[in-house]
Amino acid sequence: MTRPAAILALLLALLSAPAMAALDASEMLADPALEARARALAKGLRCVVCQNQSIDDSGADLARDLRRSLRARLLAGDSDEEALAYLTHRYGDYVLLDPPLKPATWALWFAPAGFAVLALLLVVRYFRRRE
Amino acid sequence: MRRLLFLLPLAVFAALAAWLYIGLGGDPARIPSPLVGRTAPAFAVDGLATADLEGPALVNIFASWCVPCRAEHPLLTHLAEKEGVAIYGIAYKDKPENANAFLAELGNPYRRVGYDRDGQAGVEWGVTGVPETFVLDAGSVVVFKHTGPLTPDTVRRDLLPALGR
Repeated sequence: MTRPAAILALLLALLSAPAMAALDASEMLADPALEARARALAKGLRCVVCQNQSIDDSGADLARDLRRSLRARLLAGDSDEEALAYLTHRYGDYVLLDPPLKPATWALWFAPAGFAVLALLLVVRYFRRRE
Repeated sequence: MRRLLFLLPLAVFAALAAWLYIGLGGDPARIPSPLVGRTAPAFAVDGLATADLEGPALVNIFASWCVPCRAEHPLLTHLAEKEGVAIYGIAYKDKPENANAFLAELGNPYRRVGYDRDGQAGVEWGVTGVPETFVLDAGSVVVFKHTGPLTPDTVRRDLLPALGR
């Protein structure tokens, strides 16, 4: 291998390290349908110690524990909702990367649209007055 | 009054900026515990299970490999010996022999110690890291949670009042 090619290969290997750190084969469930559900749910769950990563792509120990708990719930026959409820019961809504719609989060969900409407009204009023 | 209306966007911006500025000072690791207001979660590890907990008490999650746990240890000893507080310990992701060596070295302030080798009890308690301390009232309802090492301030301001003292 030429030197530049070797350096490139080394760089790529280093870059791929975090991607390999997360889920390892020993964690996976034997049933592919169950495993697919576990992967889908894990993508929507926040790793609470590395807050903008999901537990599916985080290599943190806690993320692995939560992946294991999640799979244990699915193996025990939980529906997707029940498995998520198990985790929100313990870690709060905070573990959901997609925050639920409820009174405490109304500001989060509706404020952007509210500001857009307000801005539109102000613009309309401004142009009306100029006519 | 109407002539001052043009200042409204500025006022809204100032209020929003102030609110966000306060948010900047917050600690993102401080996640409100959904456990507060509920009875102690069901768990069972070597040495400790839910039925063993008799409130009012503290439940302290610690580990021999955790440096801040060493820092808060004298406070736990003080609470147990001088204030007569019942403290239950959960050794989180720790080998029992290491946890025992830690307690032999620094003293054992705990009424009972549970050994949570793989962190499953930690998941039941919603633990994100060690140390964490929960306050249970007389009915074993979680009334307060502190994340991170205890300080004399948090003990005086939060823990003792939560224990009803």
